[in-house]
Amino acid sequence: MAEVFAYIKHEGGVADDSALELLSAAKKIAPGANVTAVVTGNGADIDTVCNAMASAYSAVWKIDNEALAYPNAEVVRKALVNTLAADSIVLLPHDTFGMDLGPGLSIKMNSAFVADLVDVEDSDGAVLKVIRQEFSGQAYTHVTCDISGGAVINVRPGVFAAEEAAATGAVVDKSADAGDLSAKRKYIEIVEAEAGDVDITKAEVLVSVGRGIEDEDNIEIVHDLAKAMGAEVSCSRPIVDAKWLEKARQVGTSGKTVKPKVYMAMGISGSFQHMGGLKGNPFIVAVNKNPKAPIFQVADVGVEADILEFIPELTEKIEEL
Amino acid sequence: MEILVCVKRVPDTAENEIEINSDGNDIERDDLVYSVNEWDNYAVEEAIQIVDKVGGSVTVVTVGDDESEEVLRREMAMGAEKGILLSDDAFEGSDGKGIATALKAAVEKGSYDLIFTGAQADDGAAQVGGMLAAMLDYPYASLVNLIEPGDGKLKVGREIEGGNQEINEIELPCVLSIQTGINEPRYVGIRGIRKVASVEIPTLGASDLGLDAGSVGEGAAKVRRVDYFMPEMGEGAEMLEGSTEEIIDKLIELLKAKGGLK
Ligand SMILES: Cc1cc2nc3c(=O)[nH]c(=O)nc-3n(C[C@H](O)[C@H](O)[C@H](O)COP(=O)(O)OP(=O)(O)OC[C@H]3O[C@@H](n4cnc5c(N)ncnc54)[C@H](O)[C@@H]3O)c2cc1C
Ligand SMILES: Nc1ncnc2c1ncn2[C@@H]1O[C@H](COP(=O)(O)O)[C@@H](O)[C@H]1O
Repeated sequence: MAEVFAYIKHEGGVADDSALELLSAAKKIAPGANVTAVVTGNGADIDTVCNAMASAYSAVWKIDNEALAYPNAEVVRKALVNTLAADSIVLLPHDTFGMDLGPGLSIKMNSAFVADLVDVEDSDGAVLKVIRQEFSGQAYTHVTCDISGGAVINVRPGVFAAEEAAATGAVVDKSADAGDLSAKRKYIEIVEAEAGDVDITKAEVLVSVGRGIEDEDNIEIVHDLAKAMGAEVSCSRPIVDAKWLEKARQVGTSGKTVKPKVYMAMGISGSFQHMGGLKGNPFIVAVNKNPKAPIFQVADVGVEADILEFIPELTEKIEEL
Repeated sequence: MEILVCVKRVPDTAENEIEINSDGNDIERDDLVYSVNEWDNYAVEEAIQIVDKVGGSVTVVTVGDDESEEVLRREMAMGAEKGILLSDDAFEGSDGKGIATALKAAVEKGSYDLIFTGAQADDGAAQVGGMLAAMLDYPYASLVNLIEPGDGKLKVGREIEGGNQEINEIELPCVLSIQTGINEPRYVGIRGIRKVASVEIPTLGASDLGLDAGSVGEGAAKVRRVDYFMPEMGEGAEMLEGSTEEIIDKLIELLKAKGGLK
């Protein structure tokens, strides 16, 4: 059976949440297989991470190199291609790092690529049957993948429960196998997102608006509702892309992580990148004109309505209280 | 700068509710409105802005059927000079690698400094750009939201978690996948599309591209979509029913109870 690897993302000596999620995904993808954690990096930090992973994974491969101090996908790809057998099954988180690395890695390993896996249906070691989503979760698909020659599999963050740490794996130093790590893309720096004037992360009640608002002029009704409720206004990404609201109000993986008590999702479909920014199990109210919108699967209370009509009426009633 | 932008025709999810057909093998396509993949519009806009600054030209390419020509024309109305349609029965059933294989062949027929894809397609997997780059052995950066052209290289910003930006320097030629929000794609009206209506768009098939039919399409695909389905929904949200007034009254009671009203 092919060897199974999980790539461990880490920063400042701490493994990412995905580290133990990939282990439970691996156990569904390749039942019975030993799963090895791969940790790339440089210096003392990576020893800390390797040791932590050894208490969950049956083996940990450490690749320590100056060129790997920052996880530049091109450099990491080279290190993995040089170190892993071509028919390996490699798991990555489907986040901005995994999206950068996974597709190209599969080409260089001449193996199959599965993006954004949300569940595993069946696996016999040669054909893997998984579940994916299309159209921001509006449709689900079964996908088969020939993994007999290896595979790179990007796993959606947050859908597999983190595996309990219950192993005593050995850390194996594979640094000597990393090979040539020269790259045509060089990492320079991280520029932190601007703080902005509003802080939606502290708000207890958020009125959040999505593309369903249709037009910039309509944003006003959302401000009015928030004012009546004593809430703050937040939004989904397309509203920021259109420059109708400032970036500091965006909820999601590429925006802010919020922990309100109450979250009003108005005309938001409920994509995983949006919901990924919503933590702390808030009471979610969704208003959407499409009764099949994925947001209704995660909301506590739903209203099938046109927000352009519903919001002003709700505002008026609240103002009358 | 010669820039090639890969674009895809997809159902417009803002305009349509996606439903699954009765056989479960496809989405209901009859009444769908199609448009260019949202991310690709940003990619074309960015290419045009770069060419406006430093000179050169923009070419748009798609792998699709005859109807995909309309998205090429739309992007040409935005300002792309040339369009190329890659179309062949042999491409049908391709996985991401198959699409990237066809695009690679088209890249090699031209001479491009820079290749853009969208970060992901609505019905895709955020994979074609990274695959294409690896096949060409070009450097790649995904989720790009800033580009500053330099001499033989670019400074690019990648959008990462939390809205932070990872700055890289990348050598040309390279492939970049473009993230939404990098610019404001210009509006194209009917008039603009009419202007390019008679521009000839060459159609290339597998043999024109020098591709072995076995390297693309269903036969080559390691990854295959078996069906579309809707999962068991579980509990889901409690849907509030009744007249709008009744719904609002119930909602207000709930909001009061949950601390949603101050
Ligand atoms: C790397 C990456 C990072 C991302 N990060 C984020 C992020 O941080 N935050 C984020 O939000 N997104 C993010 N996205 C984008 C995400 O994938 C979705 O595209 C986005 O969340 C969709 O926003 P939406 O729900 O407002 O729009 P849509 O998905 O277009 O949904 C609009 C909804 O409004 C409904 N609607 C339309 N008109 C009305 C009406 N009149 N009344 C009521 N309902 C109506 C529709 O039925 C639909 O459900 C990211 C994407 C990528 C690739
Ligand atoms: N059939 C296609 N023709 C041309 N470009 C495509 C095609 N499919 C995907 N792409 C490009 O690859 C990007 C990512 O798509 P995907 O990997 O399918 O999510 C898209 O935004 C397009 O730029």
